[in-house]
This record gives sequence, C-alpha cells and structure tokens, in this order.
Amino acid sequence: MFLFIFLSLSACGRASDEGSAEATTYIENKGSDTIVNLALAWAEHYQAAHQDVRISVTGGGSGTGIAALINGTVDLANASRQIKAEEIEQAEANGIEPVEHVIARDAIAVIVNPENPVSRLTLQQISDIYSGKIDNWQDVGGEDRPIVRLSRETNSGTHVYFLETVLRLGEKKNKTLFSMDTLLLPSSEGIVAEVRQNPNAIGYDGLGYVPDDLSMIAIAAKPGGEYVLPAVETVNNGAYPIARDLYMYTAGQPTGIVKVYLDWIMEAEAQEIVAELGFVPIR
Amino acid sequence: MKKSLTWREYVITRAIKVSGYSAIVFVGLIFFFLLREGLPVFGEVPISTLFNTRWYPIEEYYGILPLITGSLIVTIGAALVAIPFGIGTAVYIAEVSPRWMREVLKPLVELLGGLPSVVLGFLGILVLSPYLRVLLDLPTGLSALAGALLLGGIAIPTIVSIAEDALDAVPRSYREGAWALGATRWQTIWRVTFPAAKSGVLTAIMLGVGRAIGETMTVMMVTGNAPVLAILPGSILSPVRTMTATIAAEMGEVASGSVHYHVLFFIGMVLFLISLIVNIAASSVVFRSKKRAERILS
Repeated sequence: MFLFIFLSLSACGRASDEGSAEATTYIENKGSDTIVNLALAWAEHYQAAHQDVRISVTGGGSGTGIAALINGTVDLANASRQIKAEEIEQAEANGIEPVEHVIARDAIAVIVNPENPVSRLTLQQISDIYSGKIDNWQDVGGEDRPIVRLSRETNSGTHVYFLETVLRLGEKKNKTLFSMDTLLLPSSEGIVAEVRQNPNAIGYDGLGYVPDDLSMIAIAAKPGGEYVLPAVETVNNGAYPIARDLYMYTAGQPTGIVKVYLDWIMEAEAQEIVAELGFVPIR
Repeated sequence: MKKSLTWREYVITRAIKVSGYSAIVFVGLIFFFLLREGLPVFGEVPISTLFNTRWYPIEEYYGILPLITGSLIVTIGAALVAIPFGIGTAVYIAEVSPRWMREVLKPLVELLGGLPSVVLGFLGILVLSPYLRVLLDLPTGLSALAGALLLGGIAIPTIVSIAEDALDAVPRSYREGAWALGATRWQTIWRVTFPAAKSGVLTAIMLGVGRAIGETMTVMMVTGNAPVLAILPGSILSPVRTMTATIAAEMGEVASGSVHYHVLFFIGMVLFLISLIVNIAASSVVFRSKKRAERILS
C-alpha cells in the first residue's frame, strides 16, 4: 500500500486524490493508428490487473502522437516510424528529450482482392506499380484489368515507410513518387473495404489489420529471389522485406508508473498480445 | 422623438444593433486570421509551385490546382443533382401535393438534412461506390461522381426546405388571379408563383451549393482523394481530391508555422474567396431581379 502511494506521487503528478490508498494514476497514450489496437489491448490487460491505473489510448497518427509529446500533453507517444530530426529539435526547444523504446515489430502486407490471380511480386514490380510505370495487371502476370493503387494519407507513418522502403527501394537518393492517381484513403478500414470489393485494387496495410478474406502478396526483395509471405517467422528471421520496428517515445527516461508500464510491455505476457494481434513480438 | 425613448429601449436597440454588426465583425476577423496565416506562403513558395499540378506536401510539392479543380467538379456535379431535384421537390410540396402530404413530406425532408455526413460517407463506401464501379465499369467507384451524388443528397434538404418556404409565402391571391385568367396549373407555377418566389429560391440554391462546397467528411470518404487535375468533363468518373478533404486530412498532422501549414491556410483563403464569389453573384442576381419586379409593380 505504501508502494502505491509512492508510485502515484512520483508518477506524473496527475493522481486525482493523492494520499489515499485508492489513488488513481493516469497514463496518456497517443499516436500511430497502426499501434492503436495493440496499445488498447495492452491498456485493457494492464488495467484489469492494476485497478489504480487508468490508461487512455487514442490514435491520430505517429506525427500527432509525437507532436503531443513535444507539447507535453501525453506520457507515451506511439509511433510507427522513428522520430524525425526536426521533431527532436522542436522537443529540445520545449525542454523535452524524447527517448525511444522498441515495443514490437510490424510487417506491411501488400493486399489484393481474392479474385485477382496475382499472388507474388518483386519489390521492384510493386515500386513500378505504385509509381505508375505499370498500369495494367497483365504486365505482372494477371488479367487485363486497370490497376487501382490505394495508399494511406501522407500523414500516416505507414505511408512514409512504404514510400521509403518500397517505392524508393530503401535507396536514399531515389526520388520516386507515388503516381498522381494513387487513391489516398484516410484509414486502414477504407483500404480494406475497397480491396474487398474491387478486383482492380492493390493496397498495403499493417499485417495485423489484414482480414482473412483478402489475399496477401508474396514478395521477393530482388528479382529471382525467393518469394516470401508475411508471417511472424518470416519477419523475425528477416526474410520478409517490408518490416519495421514500432516505437513508444517518452519525454526523458521513463519514471514512476510509466516505467512500470513500459517494463511490463517488454515482458512475455504483453508480448503474447502482440502476436495475437498479428504483429511480431520483439522476443 | 429620440427623447421619448427610455433607457431600456436604448439598451435593447443597441444590443440588437451590436448583434447585427457582430456577423460582419466575425467574418472580418476570420478573414483577417486566414490572411495572417495564409499570406506568408507567398514568401515561402514560388507562385509557379503553388499553381502547379502536383500536390505532395511531404516532398514539398504544393500545387493546389488539382485541389481547386477537384472541389469545383464535385460541387458542380452536386449542384446538377441537387438543383433540379431540390426545386422539383419544393414545387411538388408547395404547389401540387395535398396539405396532409406536405405535413408528412416536409419534416421527412428536413430529417434527411439532419443525417450526419459521416453516415452518408459510410453508405458511400459500402454501397454507392461498389455499385457505381460495376454499373459504369469504372476502375474504382471512389470517384468525383460518388462525391457529387452524396453531396447532392446533402444539399437537397436545404434547397427543398428554403425554396418551399419561399413558394409557400407567395400570396394566394397571385395564384387565384392566374387561375381566373384561365392559366393552367403549370402556367401558374412557372409564370407566376415561381418568379414571385425567385429571390427565396435563389437563396435556397445558394445555401445548398454552399453546403456542398464546404462539406468535408463525406467527400474525404468517397472521392478517393487522389490529387489529379480534373478539367475534362470525363474527370467526374475518376478520383479527385477536394480542398476541404485536404485541409481536414492534413491539418491535424502539420507542424504549426511550417510551410505546409501556411499552404493549408492559403487553401482555406481560396475556399473562402470562392464562397464569397458565389454569394456575391447570387445576391446580385437577386438584387437585380428585385429591382425589375419593383419597376413592373410600380
């Protein structure tokens, strides 16, 4: 009981009635839409075991979360990309030092309608499709159908990651852009809904969000290389080429309840939830 | 005369006057704010970049032409859907339908107007756009057409409600006069009632179209948001990105004070100017027709 009081006092000063044994501590957690379901599941599990902690989880995008961390309105910012140099500068101007924690891994699955016979592509082919060089499914071994390219909005961490890793093939000097007629949809659900009913569509989404009724594309990093489907094993052993780390950022080294919560996230119990949601556990 | 006013009347008249002027003050303040946040763009982005055809803000392509044409094509499409249907419905409710039917139809139409736009957007994604794709054999149903149809649906209740009020306010003696001269029902509607209610009907159209051009959620969900220049009439069948959807999708994420932030406010300015032009054009038409009516009546 003494420990409870100590924790809630030392945490973030948000305890509502400090001093009582029932003191509730709040953790504000905001950011990437890719991570939001995972963060919610963690928060639910943690709160079920710790009645004195209330964790509020909201999405909005990686940039939104980091901006909130910089403005000091959240304790934990979820991000599906690494913090940018400008953002670190802004944070330092506000007297905040962002600290990075890898909390899980994620693979981006390229998805098509089940009616589409195309089941495997090279990274180069996907890049050519999204940059507009390939306009018909015939050119990659499919039917004579126009290709409808679907992408997340430019403010999504997934969009930026896909641009850098797939369109530009991870090359820093490559300035390939999305074809202008790429549909920019504001949510993962929008992409899934369109791919589900449109056999012309190609989309991408976090592995954790791909429903069973859509087809995933097996991808080869190099022409002539092995085609690999995204799965927990292929991501962990590095065979699947479009995978990334997921982060939580704290303002300075975490202390108090935030540290306790982050430590719990790294443990086996929390990492099991990662696997259940289709992401890839860090250990 | 003035001396006989009590202090209470003085306060009340002043209060009414202030609330009257407050609209002007608010519009002025909003415009000032838009200018302050949007104008710095001219120092940061060359005009040639701004009025270019590629919009990809994360790589500093700030061409707003696709967004302007996107908004215009969706709005024009919505107007083409909403004006005939809206005015037709208003005429039916006000002039043709029996009284009891009016009591049922009018509240129903107004209920439709209260439908949240996000709900319409859902219908658009799940029902309308798949249907359009199959029906018209399009690559994708997420298109300017889907946006225009739904926005038309959003504008119709506004148009019906206001136009019907205007038609209903035309004195019964006008119609009786026309009938007495042997005019048919249609002649009465088209030659007498309608011209008499013209300014109200135009206001209805203006407000309806204004709702369509400012609508955000629905278009963001169903138009596909691809920033492609839409200048051919055929562009109505392809995806477009509107100004409102761009501001809504990107404003939440943008660093305050950055170039991208200023460009988004500049888009807000353009949107404001377009609404202003629509308003001025419509009210000048109303004003001119009023003058003509006064001349004839005097």
